Amino acid sequence: MTARIGVVTFPGSLDDRDTQRAIRVAGAEPVALWHKDKDLKQVDAVVLCGGFSYGDYLRAGAIARFSPVMEPLLEQAKAGLPVLGICNGFQILTEAHLLPGTMLRNDHLHFICRDQKLRVENAETAWTTDYSAGQEIHIPLKNNDGQYVADAYTLDKLEAEGRVAFRYLDFNPNGSQRDIAGVTNEAGNVVGLMPHPEHAVEPLIGTGRTDGLPFFTSILKKLVNA
Amino acid sequence: MSRTPLDTVEHAAATPDVELPWAELGLKKDEYERVVEILGRRPTGAELAMYSVMWSEHCSYKSSKVHLRQFGEKAPESDAMLVGIGENAGVVDVGQGYAVTFKVESHNHPSYVEPYQGAATGVGGIVRDIIAMGARPVAVVDPLRFGAADHPDTKRVLPGVVAGIGGYGNCLGLPNIGGEVVFDACYQGNPLVNAGAIGVMRHEDIHLAKASGAGNKVILYGARTGGDGIGGASILASETFDDAKPSKRPAVQVGDPFQEKLLIECTLEAFAEKLVVGIQDLGAAGLSCATSELASNGSGGMRVTLDDVPLRDSTLSPEEILMSESQERMCAVVEPEKVDRFLEICEKWDVIATVIGEVTDGDRLEIYWHGGKIVDVDPRTVAHEGPVYERPYARPDWQDTLQADDANKLPRPETSEELKDQVLKLVASPNQASKSWITSQYDHFVQGNTVLAQPEDSGMIRIDEETGLGVAIATDGNGRYAKLDPYHGAQLALAEAYRNVATTGAKPLAVSDCLNFGSPEDPAVMWQFAEAVRGLADACQQLGTPVTGGNVSLYNQTGEAAIHPTPVVAVLGVIDDVARRTPVAFQEEGQLLYLLGDTREEFGGSAWSQVVHDHLGGLPPRVDLERERLLAEILISASRDGMIDSAHDLSDGGLIQAVVESALLGGKGARLIVPDGLDAFTFLFSESAGRAVVAVPRSEEVRFNDMCGARGLPVTRIGVVDGDTVDVQGEFALPLSELREAHEGTIPALLK
Amino acid sequence: MARVVVDVMLKPEILDPQGQAVQRALPRLGFDGISDVRQGKRFELEVDGPVDEAALARIHDLAESFLANTVIEDFTIRVEEVAEAAK
Repeated sequence: MTARIGVVTFPGSLDDRDTQRAIRVAGAEPVALWHKDKDLKQVDAVVLCGGFSYGDYLRAGAIARFSPVMEPLLEQAKAGLPVLGICNGFQILTEAHLLPGTMLRNDHLHFICRDQKLRVENAETAWTTDYSAGQEIHIPLKNNDGQYVADAYTLDKLEAEGRVAFRYLDFNPNGSQRDIAGVTNEAGNVVGLMPHPEHAVEPLIGTGRTDGLPFFTSILKKLVNA
Repeated sequence: MSRTPLDTVEHAAATPDVELPWAELGLKKDEYERVVEILGRRPTGAELAMYSVMWSEHCSYKSSKVHLRQFGEKAPESDAMLVGIGENAGVVDVGQGYAVTFKVESHNHPSYVEPYQGAATGVGGIVRDIIAMGARPVAVVDPLRFGAADHPDTKRVLPGVVAGIGGYGNCLGLPNIGGEVVFDACYQGNPLVNAGAIGVMRHEDIHLAKASGAGNKVILYGARTGGDGIGGASILASETFDDAKPSKRPAVQVGDPFQEKLLIECTLEAFAEKLVVGIQDLGAAGLSCATSELASNGSGGMRVTLDDVPLRDSTLSPEEILMSESQERMCAVVEPEKVDRFLEICEKWDVIATVIGEVTDGDRLEIYWHGGKIVDVDPRTVAHEGPVYERPYARPDWQDTLQADDANKLPRPETSEELKDQVLKLVASPNQASKSWITSQYDHFVQGNTVLAQPEDSGMIRIDEETGLGVAIATDGNGRYAKLDPYHGAQLALAEAYRNVATTGAKPLAVSDCLNFGSPEDPAVMWQFAEAVRGLADACQQLGTPVTGGNVSLYNQTGEAAIHPTPVVAVLGVIDDVARRTPVAFQEEGQLLYLLGDTREEFGGSAWSQVVHDHLGGLPPRVDLERERLLAEILISASRDGMIDSAHDLSDGGLIQAVVESALLGGKGARLIVPDGLDAFTFLFSESAGRAVVAVPRSEEVRFNDMCGARGLPVTRIGVVDGDTVDVQGEFALPLSELREAHEGTIPALLK
Repeated sequence: MARVVVDVMLKPEILDPQGQAVQRALPRLGFDGISDVRQGKRFELEVDGPVDEAALARIHDLAESFLANTVIEDFTIRVEEVAEAAK
């Protein structure tokens, strides 16, 4: 038996099919979830994928956060359900207060798409055990509102608790505070990041690297061994 | 509020002497008289609105039609063509049961007026053309041309256009994989914003724009209709109403990519359930175009109740509703028993959908408003039987002078130092510089199938995960070449795009074009147009790549000054397995560099003549289409059989530009040796066509040489991938760091 | 010192996708009775010296040529008293 991982499609989600593919490539079974679903179809984990849910109008993730599917998701995430938020998914998780901080428009005011170097700071979350702490990886980044901000107290707390999961290396592409690319909740089951691991799972496609695959193999191992 | 009586068909017949503002709507006197003749009475205001917009240059191709026919007449035999010219976009068979549709269109003028929205809605429009064929859009490309890079207005237009393309395309989830950015003072005031899109479907899913089957329902779905882009129709409105309303209707349409994304998903879901008989997107001329096209392509007539159109602005008059160019709308013809399911799918995606009419068994298009019949026309006379002009054309007097001003006679660098300086100047010039400041604002990863994206020679998308089947697309156009010789200039545009596709390992299959020219009322411009079309049609015939569709944009001129004739050509290719694609970047040190093709002293229209001498004159490089075909075959075979690890086509900027790009992308330098029989200057800067530079692993050297020898393609070993400089032996060596700074610094410095 | 507020809104006849998306979300969140939402921008300009007619004329120019894209947007200008005591 393999793990069933849900991928939520909101109106305006873009990377839902890509994320399903990445889950498949890792060997797990993707399950399509719809924003109007009132239950999570007994999935073992959920990915909120990238895109422009509701056009990112108002604020990125602000409208999607109130979708029906978010009710069971919030409840179960607090009870330990592994949830990964990628880009717009990360923004939704911060709007829903499952993760601290928020995202502002990139400091240079442009959309940016690039192959981004990151350091894995925390290799103990549900989604990062197949990395080693300190490992340097390249993953595509593409966003308009990717500048991670939080108050100093929160940032210090995140640092102290090892909850900065990923940091930008060499180049901070959006002005994020302390080069933060992704964070985790206290329990390590909810992780959010701006770069797109689902776009780095096949050697021929995109940047030609597979540095994003361990996200999906990490969770698969965790779920299958559970 | 007081109102004159509704201008119904009956009313029009009874009041033959009412003067209508046909001239203000852009019709010529004889055109208006022709409308009266067709109808046998004066048109109603609504009919006049429809005829005037559908008979405009933009919709009717009245000046270009007589020339464009050659694309059909000279079309080469091709098994690949599934749907040809005349539909929303052409469809090409790419094997394994897949069909690909692609098209390039212009959105030039709107992008000058409002760069962000103009460019954004350009993307939206071309993508709807693709959906209307039944395909899922998989990629976009954007060939762009702006005025001089350092002109203040370029700083207004370019960032807006780029942000608009990114803002719309990124939000739509379409990878942007190719295109061009060209600067030239001739585009000042007339930037060219062309947009291309590719879509993929199974053969059985091809849909066409036709309304057949009496009783079938016509459903308008997508955004509500507002007063966008109706310009001239307001005049009609003011004839009909005298109450207060927004004084001036906006000529600018605002795009809503989120709405378009929903439109894509909802349309594809309806296609998948086989709910759609015919479909048409609403672009230029809005409902006028959609209803008349659907009705005239089908077997029956159509009856539409305009009162049922969902409005954003309730003060719109029927004429304005017919002409509105509000974005993100589509029109589908659906069998009555499937209407409920269709509406359900629309509701699932939060898309507004309304039955606005039905297909009739007559042959008239009838439109009602407040119970009165305001349109009763033969839809073919609106959509297809517009005026056709044989515009006079003549080779301009200045053409000889221009060609006599030979670029080969310009002073050349005399020392190695001068040669080096000119190389640096070339790779840093706005046209040759890296465009990554621009392309990094586009998402090229979304959908997870992008194999190659700019700055590669062509963009490449995987379309089947199992087999690795993929398609490649390249767009090219060199207005400088076309100005010197429109016939050969157009052929060079095709040759370059064809070569670019082959360089990445894909087999060129078909062509779409976007023909950007000045005013057709100027015989010199018309001559350029006629020559370019003739050249392109001849070359397509010879290369076996049919034109599947495209777009003409005329009147790109300010006063007497027309833009350079700029035929932009898109070539679509297919590759059996994307694992065999060839990238531009040097892969491994020690690999041997080979130059394929012949290098001649050809500098007319070259980047060198522009950058170093600000000169345009002489003749463009010679065209040899048989050579292009042979070169393509070699590049494709070499890629398939693993004989080359990188390849780059040679075009503007010549060999040195290509080598510098491959070196910078791969982070590996090159040692070059000037071949016997060539001087260093010609070797580095000539723009002879039909050439490419490839990197061959040493283990493949013999096999590769044998293949080229056997097929008769000239091949010259010119050096090796090596070190961290581009070293032209005996002349100069430039460190990659210095080249990178020159190549990558220019555009950000100009636009930041 | 005085504050001048410039509000920039899309012209009424121009499509406002952002406002529309917000408006559509309202019923789902239980906010009924709001038939339309339009979203705009607010600029607060801190002006040195007196806000006299000449200053307002300059701000008008600034708003017209820079803050608003008058192809698609309208703007309004008003002077706001700055509450110095709010400390």
